[in-house]
Amino acid sequence: MAVDPLIELRNVNKHYGKLHVLKDIDLTVGRGEVVVVIGPSGSGKSTLCRTINRLEPVESGTITLDGHPLPDEGRELARLRAEVGMVFQSFNLFAHKTVLANVSLAQIKVRKRGKEEADKRSRELLERVGLLAHADKYPAQLSGGQQQRVAIARALAMDPKALLFDEPTSALDPEMINEVLEVMQQLARDGMTMVVVTHEMGFARSAANRVVFMADGRIVEDRTPEEFFTAPESDRAKDFLSKILKH
Amino acid sequence: MNVLTDNWSLYGKGLLGTVELTVYASLLALVLGFVMASFRVAPVGSLRVLGTVWVAVLRNTPLTLLFFAVLLGLPRFGVVLPFQLFAVLALGCYTSAFICEAVRSGINTVPTGQGEAARSLGMTFTQTLGAIVLPQAFRSVIPPVGSTLIALAKNSAIAGSFSVTELLGAYKTLNELGYSIIWSFVWIAVGYLIVTLTISAVFNVLEKRWGVAR
Repeated sequence: MAVDPLIELRNVNKHYGKLHVLKDIDLTVGRGEVVVVIGPSGSGKSTLCRTINRLEPVESGTITLDGHPLPDEGRELARLRAEVGMVFQSFNLFAHKTVLANVSLAQIKVRKRGKEEADKRSRELLERVGLLAHADKYPAQLSGGQQQRVAIARALAMDPKALLFDEPTSALDPEMINEVLEVMQQLARDGMTMVVVTHEMGFARSAANRVVFMADGRIVEDRTPEEFFTAPESDRAKDFLSKILKH
Repeated sequence: MNVLTDNWSLYGKGLLGTVELTVYASLLALVLGFVMASFRVAPVGSLRVLGTVWVAVLRNTPLTLLFFAVLLGLPRFGVVLPFQLFAVLALGCYTSAFICEAVRSGINTVPTGQGEAARSLGMTFTQTLGAIVLPQAFRSVIPPVGSTLIALAKNSAIAGSFSVTELLGAYKTLNELGYSIIWSFVWIAVGYLIVTLTISAVFNVLEKRWGVAR
């Protein structure tokens, strides 16, 4: 197990109406660890990802970030959220702002950096994701893959302790998936703590320290990628892998 | 026909009165409308209730009744203000309920994901609303807000019945002076057209400049 836990979920439960989407979830993510969450749709993996920065409140159980329990909605929660970046399936860039302004906005509003300092940092990050040339465009002028890389730069601009990825490549054309995965691989190599909900098994194999397999709101397996992909223990995981790895 | 040229100052004062009522009440309605719309989507329950009650009460009260309530009711509680100010209050609060609902529909056009993204970056509710949601909502509510303010300009005629100087009230004097009622009203209508067409023009410009590019 992780020596230095950054994200800890203990006994987390959540319902949507009668549907029990998260059942007694225990999960620890250590500093610098890359945890990939996979599972069939409806298994609660996206919900799990969203509970970590309390975009989805939970009913019972505790979630701690770097030793601090998640507070209720308010300034304290906003402060904690700034430490955990999130990348969404649908990018969610601010449509009325340029790429540069998208990356700079929260630096100015939340980190209270000056505009010039923020823009300088934004340009460095856009350079890192290979999009500096597009800094003055609006999100709608970019391809999906480019928008997602901007979204990653925007999350990185807050200098977060961890990044959450909620199916970051699921809305992308196949040829754009790689450009996003490459950026994520690089982040993983640089030692960023990451929780990645994805269907990209290649990424899970190559970048993950651990694979968490979820089904029906429970964590069924939590192991290293080699162990999981070569010798899954549960029938549910065997069934899942046989279906997706066939072609 | 010469009813206008004979009575420039009467018409002028009336038009000025209507313009003043429209401008002040519009400003009040816009400010209150945006604030109430923010309340209606706020994470704080009591604010949401306040916004909902505000809209339910004001939108469902006949404006004339509201004028009676404000002009005759408030003085009973010791609030004594010039009638014109009372009229601005009544008109502004009444219209703010409609602006609020227009703005709220605009807020609903902004994808929720953008709000979630802003919150996940650590922005507070107020920052998210002010920097992300309202600027985009504003673009899509320009046309309905324009219509609402035109309605406000025309509704300001009710203030004339409460001895506030405004355009429609000019007909009483003209009638007593024996002018043709038809021409008196034609020129009054032209006065209202000047006000409402100006509002239309302003909102056309706003829409060209800020409207959503689709």
